[in-house]
Amino acid sequence: MKAKIHVTLKQGILDPQGKAIEHALDSLGFKNAGNVRVGKYMEVDVHETDKAKADAAVKAMCEKLLANTIVEEYRYELTA
Amino acid sequence: MIMKIGVVVFPGSNCDHDCQHVFKDVLGQYVEMIWHKETLLAGLDAIVLPGGFSYGDYLRTGAIARFSPVMGAVREFAKKGGMVLGICNGFQILLEAGLLPGAMLRNKSLHFICKDVSVKIENAATAFTGAYESGQVLKIPIAHADGNYYTDPVTLAAMQANAQIVFRYCTPDGRVTPEANSNGSLDNIAGIINAEGNVLGMMPHPERCAETVLGNEDGKLIFLSMLESLKGNKKQLKMVGAG
Repeated sequence: MKAKIHVTLKQGILDPQGKAIEHALDSLGFKNAGNVRVGKYMEVDVHETDKAKADAAVKAMCEKLLANTIVEEYRYELTA
Repeated sequence: MIMKIGVVVFPGSNCDHDCQHVFKDVLGQYVEMIWHKETLLAGLDAIVLPGGFSYGDYLRTGAIARFSPVMGAVREFAKKGGMVLGICNGFQILLEAGLLPGAMLRNKSLHFICKDVSVKIENAATAFTGAYESGQVLKIPIAHADGNYYTDPVTLAAMQANAQIVFRYCTPDGRVTPEANSNGSLDNIAGIINAEGNVLGMMPHPERCAETVLGNEDGKLIFLSMLESLKGNKKQLKMVGAG
């Protein structure tokens, strides 16, 4: 199964990279762009056939390593 | 009385030799360089996690190093009250490992900042700062891109109440101001200690200012404080010509 994982800073945590990109968009004339937040996207091949096991595995990977849950949150989708 | 100091070397650590140099050549102690794959740490009096770019800062700085085999032993050592000093990347690894509370974010300016800064001793009663005076200002270099310390308001309040904030960025005359904060760190925090008082993490590099030949000895008292604490010595050390 394939996991597609997004890790982003929690709302309320200052994202200076997002701000920098937001200002750059503004300078380029995109006056309708706001609240840019930058995150990470990761793909992981999960060697499980059972969806529940795969889900549990990805969740554990996120909790333990892929996201620092003090300042980041994660979401993922699992496809066959 | 010679102490045995362990300096952990992760793939990508680059300040390990400077740490070894201070303890061994400047202070005459016995230093053991510990490769990150070691799982047994015997007979050490203190452990140093040095600065650098362990695992290239991949994923998050310190995120992978915290799972190195050696960290199990470091955790046990700390749990038993052993003295652990984390400098820069070492501090980041201690945070990721949960041996210190909080997390590091990218510097607010997004720049890698490499310069001398002023740092104030907020707690001179720790095993790492006993030789300083409370409120003393040090000139000490920083060199980091992820020194923007963060923790939640509840933890911050607890740390403040418990005197766990040991170093704060300040002006040369000791005022803690936003202007003195180069990286956006919460409450100008430059270094903290755990509740038990045996694990300290700091972003500035005291090992880069511990010798007269480098033109700045302000960091030396951190190492001397550690040694004195290890020796159980309560005698105050005064540094001549500080500032």
